[in-house]
Amino acid sequence: MNPPSPAASPGREFAAGLVAVMPMLLGAVPFGLIYGALAVKAGIPPLLAVAISSIVFAGSAQFMITKLVAAATPGLLIVLSVGVINLRHALYSAALAEKLAHLPLRWKILLAYLLTDEAYAAALRRMHSEANAERRHWFLFGCGFGLWSTWQIACVAGVLLGGRIPAAWSLDFAGTLTFIAIVVPLLKDRASTGAMLTAGCVSVAAFALPHKLFIIAAALAGMAAGVLLERLARPTGADA
Amino acid sequence: MNLWLTIGLAGGLTFLIRYSFIGAAGRIGAPEWFRRMLRFVPIAALTALIWPDLLMPGGELQLSLANPRLLAGLLAALVAWRTQNIFLTIGIGMLALWGLQWCL
Repeated sequence: MNPPSPAASPGREFAAGLVAVMPMLLGAVPFGLIYGALAVKAGIPPLLAVAISSIVFAGSAQFMITKLVAAATPGLLIVLSVGVINLRHALYSAALAEKLAHLPLRWKILLAYLLTDEAYAAALRRMHSEANAERRHWFLFGCGFGLWSTWQIACVAGVLLGGRIPAAWSLDFAGTLTFIAIVVPLLKDRASTGAMLTAGCVSVAAFALPHKLFIIAAALAGMAAGVLLERLARPTGADA
Repeated sequence: MNLWLTIGLAGGLTFLIRYSFIGAAGRIGAPEWFRRMLRFVPIAALTALIWPDLLMPGGELQLSLANPRLLAGLLAALVAWRTQNIFLTIGIGMLALWGLQWCL
């Protein structure tokens, strides 16, 4: 996760991004395998099941699609559900926007397409480091590409293997563990801890809302709590 | 609706969500409170994915010592706090989950 040396070339940044995203792959591979198996079980044609991985390219949304297709949900409702569950990506987009503002359109399109929980989490520290800032988009590209290619392979393998991965292995838990490993070191003050506790409580309390609305509700509540606590800590509004 | 069309629309919508702020950057100035909120994006968004998996495996709240995901997750959080090492956090967390599932 350490940023490369200040004068690193685009290739070095890209490679460093690939390395940084590797821990995320431990969580993503089991998810892709399970997705593939679920998609086949839901009656999605194998070719489409694989194509979804590059057309939508979002693990939790893909899981939801398999469940909704299995329940013969109308198409528009599926589109709506995918939109709501993926709304959190707009937050990542907002958090990265300023860092990518100088890039040409093709880069913005490419990096937006590759923007996922995992790529964002893996690139977080690098994107907030100002060293060699004009080349850090290559790092983000490395994270995104590493996750994308692994995800495609895992999903194809899941489609081919079907339900032969025992659920008792609980391999899906690795995804949650990677997120824990990212979040915990970020809890440096009361505002960030308050943001975490608020988001957590809201996610559990709002869990039953339709379309997995709890994710975006909890994220926004946590962010608001963080800003409020930060303001309480510095009533004059002066920068620390 | 045809399933291919459904997937195409879902993919297009997902891309637009991801592109939204990246595409608008530099054209629209963000207010100060909005910029302050962005600092909490990773904490808040990832926590919203973590807590339900630890506290509500199977969709029901399980605030108990008989919930292996909760115990393994708390142990992993401790490891993450002490070591800041992703691989150690995942390794110890998975071993703890397997051990607890075997015991309980």
